[in-house]
Amino acid sequence: MSSNDDLLLDVRGLTIRFPTSDGIVQAVTDVSYTLSRGETLGVVGESGSGKSVSNLATMGLLNRKRTLISGEILFRGRDLLTLPQDELRKVRGKEIAMVFQDPFASLHPMYRVGDQIAEAALAHANISKEAALARAVELLDHVGIPNARNRARDYPHQFSGGMRQRAMIAMALVHNPSVLICDEPTTALDVTVQAQILELIEEVKREYNIGVILVTHDLGVVAETANSVMVMYAGRIMEYGPAEQVFGRPQHPYAWGLLDSMPSIEQRLERLVPIEGAPPSLIAPPSGCPFHPRCPYRFEPCPTEVPPLVAPVPDAHPDACHLPWERKVELGTQRSLLARDAA
Amino acid sequence: MSEATAAANAGARTVVGNGENLVELDHLTKRFAVKQGVFARGTAQVHAVEDVTLTVRRGETLGIVGESGCGKSTTARLMLRLLDPTAGRIVFDGRDITRLSQRQLRPLRREMQMVFQDPYASLNPRKTVGQIVGTPFAIHGQSNARTRVMELLETVGLSPEHYNRYPHEFSGGQRQRIGVARALALSPKLIVCDEPVSALDVSIQAQVLNLLRSLQRDFNLTYVFISHDLSVIRQIADRIAVMYLGHVVELGDSESIYTHPKHPYTAALLSAVPRASANGRERIMLTGDVPSPINPPQACVFHTRCPRFHRGHCDVEAPQLRELGPSQWAACHYPLEKWPMTDDEIRQAEGAAREDRPSLEGTAHELPTT
Repeated sequence: MSSNDDLLLDVRGLTIRFPTSDGIVQAVTDVSYTLSRGETLGVVGESGSGKSVSNLATMGLLNRKRTLISGEILFRGRDLLTLPQDELRKVRGKEIAMVFQDPFASLHPMYRVGDQIAEAALAHANISKEAALARAVELLDHVGIPNARNRARDYPHQFSGGMRQRAMIAMALVHNPSVLICDEPTTALDVTVQAQILELIEEVKREYNIGVILVTHDLGVVAETANSVMVMYAGRIMEYGPAEQVFGRPQHPYAWGLLDSMPSIEQRLERLVPIEGAPPSLIAPPSGCPFHPRCPYRFEPCPTEVPPLVAPVPDAHPDACHLPWERKVELGTQRSLLARDAA
Repeated sequence: MSEATAAANAGARTVVGNGENLVELDHLTKRFAVKQGVFARGTAQVHAVEDVTLTVRRGETLGIVGESGCGKSTTARLMLRLLDPTAGRIVFDGRDITRLSQRQLRPLRREMQMVFQDPYASLNPRKTVGQIVGTPFAIHGQSNARTRVMELLETVGLSPEHYNRYPHEFSGGQRQRIGVARALALSPKLIVCDEPVSALDVSIQAQVLNLLRSLQRDFNLTYVFISHDLSVIRQIADRIAVMYLGHVVELGDSESIYTHPKHPYTAALLSAVPRASANGRERIMLTGDVPSPINPPQACVFHTRCPRFHRGHCDVEAPQLRELGPSQWAACHYPLEKWPMTDDEIRQAEGAAREDRPSLEGTAHELPTT
């Protein structure tokens, strides 16, 4: 798929636990994935599925004293989890940058936008303040802020939601990172502005030849922008593969459920097909496959054995489900026939 | 497609009682005064809702769609007289309620209820579910509502044993069911749902939408359903009003609007929605953001972002809603001739094409086909 030089992130067996007074929250369990240059990895899942937490670990933003983390996060061969704090600081914000959901909460309301970007520039480079400001203006212009020189002197409240998110992207790009993590970058934005921001992220990726991790609950966003997709549920990966396969031939009952419950804009359906029940508690997740209590196809091994994330047949992508391959094919075919009947 | 259409049409035609319209809004306008400047020397006005004329038919679901700040929630609040209009008229169930006092409105309140967006903020955390759902009965002087409340809990898919539990013991979807039960309590004629599923996960959204649809059938309810999510609106609305900067820019049958949008803004909204089924399709990119409602653009409010903008026409003369298809109205001088259209086709509206074509950060692009 890609040569070793292109491999940016190699996460292996990442497990994250938060001890709380109510018990241990099993936020992420045994998660492994890779990210290469030029790749957009879409991470989808509902609230509490662990999709954000695993990225916070990559950024080194989890308190190491209060969090139990095991596994490896290899960034170009170096394990970020064992890196000393001062070494980690050289990677975070410089080589791996992040864009958060709420651009208003991530910008300081009392500093000028340009100064905030310049501050990011000064944090990792030994340059003059003037040079940092010039860099900020250059980047603001680059991310499509009209009249960047003057707008750099604005305060965040003078920017619209879309412009703030552009400013956040500019800030993330200050040091030409090789990994850009976008955590729900468009959730707070209107749909027409969302389209603009997604386009900008795609352009930035192509131009800088970087890897992008796009975390979102919106399957449509992932389907349109990601090359590879990771479907998470209750802290585990349920299905992981190339986007056109995961959306074209999904293999896991949870992925079927997610796709089927999505309200369609193409047609009015007689009845939406929800996933029954509610997502589980992460303090006491279900035994075996975490999805089994809501899964209509569960059978004997599901409540007791955790299904491994493996490709069931050589030309399929990995999924974590006990169902035999023939049964998955059969159910998958039924599903697409039903979809065609509804149309 | 045919079955769904038939169902939608049947839903739209279900008429009970006298008078087809449950709610009529007539040239409704709402402006809010806001302070401007550090020492609040000047006051300005937010043009929240401008000259909106709408009807809600009995038994139908009217969807109101638009981006944040387009006035969709304000319109709904005016409809319920939770806000007082600056100008215009509101008729509910054949009665002009525009100038009624709060006391006069009180008996009417039981006929109109609301389901709110955030199921965490809209339920009092210190009251039990029984108290929350029982409150409407208490307010309207019905005691001993306990059995009725338990029935309601069952109707919305909860269990009567939940009566003595507190909201924090429930998930988001279950809380929204409690909110629906409370709205149903007094058998209202109209329920306004303001983004009722926006705070819910997608697998739970479908549960709540199914519930709302089946309740409508069982109790002959009329819904006004507000959402920014066009896919959700498609699943529930019989008719749709598309709003932009306080104006209704397109109005009509859901099916017609989704298959043949006439207003360029509607088309841009539809094309901007990311889809999981990646069919090759072109996206109409709008530039910039929605202008400020304090100082909205002259004439057509959409002209600053419109790909079909004609200088000397769109910025001079405000378009009125006019009938452009069977039960479909749009407020546009240069409505779309067909759909789908490519970005370039849209720009080449009859007459002079837009000369000062705005610099597009992302011009329309071809999406990958699978």
